[in-house]
Amino acid sequence: MASEKGVMLLDFWVSPFGQRARIALAEKGVQYEYKEENLTEKSELLLKANPVHKKIPVLIHDGKPVCESLIIVEYIDEVWSDKAPLMPSDPYQRAQARFWADFVDKKVYDCGSRLWKLKGEEQQAAKKEMIEILQLLEAQLGDKKYFGGDSFGFVDVAFVPFTSWFYSYETCANFSVEGVAPKVAQWAKRCLERESVAKTLSDPKKVYEFVCFLKKKFGVE
Amino acid sequence: MEEAKGEEVTLFGFWSSPFVHRVIWALNIKKIKYKYVEEDLSNKSALLLEHNPVYKKVPVLVYNGIAIAESLIILEFIEETWKENSIMPQDPYEKAVARFWATAAGDGLWQFFITEGKEREEALTSVINNFELLEKELIGKNFFGGDRIGYLDISVGWISYGVPIFEEITEFKIITEQKFPLLHAWMEAFSNSEFVKDTLPLREKLSERYRKVWEAIMQKKN
Repeated sequence: MASEKGVMLLDFWVSPFGQRARIALAEKGVQYEYKEENLTEKSELLLKANPVHKKIPVLIHDGKPVCESLIIVEYIDEVWSDKAPLMPSDPYQRAQARFWADFVDKKVYDCGSRLWKLKGEEQQAAKKEMIEILQLLEAQLGDKKYFGGDSFGFVDVAFVPFTSWFYSYETCANFSVEGVAPKVAQWAKRCLERESVAKTLSDPKKVYEFVCFLKKKFGVE
Repeated sequence: MEEAKGEEVTLFGFWSSPFVHRVIWALNIKKIKYKYVEEDLSNKSALLLEHNPVYKKVPVLVYNGIAIAESLIILEFIEETWKENSIMPQDPYEKAVARFWATAAGDGLWQFFITEGKEREEALTSVINNFELLEKELIGKNFFGGDRIGYLDISVGWISYGVPIFEEITEFKIITEQKFPLLHAWMEAFSNSEFVKDTLPLREKLSERYRKVWEAIMQKKN
């Protein structure tokens, strides 16, 4: 990569991981170039920028690539530290923020995928697991405005893109997020009041269309 | 050893866990005095379950009554709480690179260890690609952290004993002096460092444990 000045984001429109980066950049008011990748035909630039995983998102800042969405978000927070801090300043609060963002990383997408990929008993097991995950997050949120407290923070950025997948999870597995985790449901609505989130998140119906397309692709019915 | 007044640090661990070793190395480098509690993973203590209800795993660091879980998160907590003997890079980009490799360096190694045939070949290709990139991070440096051991050295330090053990059991050499001169030198320098040298269980004991795990997995497959 030439040492071009500026910020570029290699991404895929519906990726919740890419959306984390977009939300963080928007919160900070950073100008950047968005490049949509065709995941069935990855660009030379992507393969060079992320030779290990060959995945999006990749943030390229002044020609230098940063990979892995949560690492990208922390990087954005540290470089553009003058505005909208996403991480708390206390070491223990920071550890908690990293822990729950990592929890979302480890659990939500994977379990969510099993909800639409599987049927019968296996799907029921995934549904039970998703409800447990949502309830753990519900307990973590408590009566706070955001996971970060009064300010929109790291865990909020990590989790909020998945809220546009709630409709797909609910439809495929027949349950209600509001029914099992009402505080999370309210929090999701509150987040949508933020411009960074409203402008970034995919429409839940479009996400569902995408999930249906994937189901066909994987031969799930 | 640093022991601030009224501070209490306890580490819940398991003797052979590479994740626990990371925390031990960090505590050593930071010269933090701590109490170690060995867990019986087949019969976890009530305290461990209380401190890590989400994953119920080791390591858990308890500091003045509050618990932190997940080894890499513990490392960053240690760095931010005890300011001397810094282990993280200062520059945000270098931090991002270190954080990336902390998890990516091990990609494919476990797969290589527990698979056979075509699956193993694929895992090996991935491992070699990663090590070639990782080798570049050592150019002009003794350690990933520069002159001194840092966060990335600690995070991938388990490779210094893990890879030789995997190589021994699978009878396949990955990190040779020829193919990966810098990684090879790093493994030796890391193992011999004052902060690492006396921390590990006997190599034979570790090797035996990995072999048992490997045999159990291989048996299940066949």
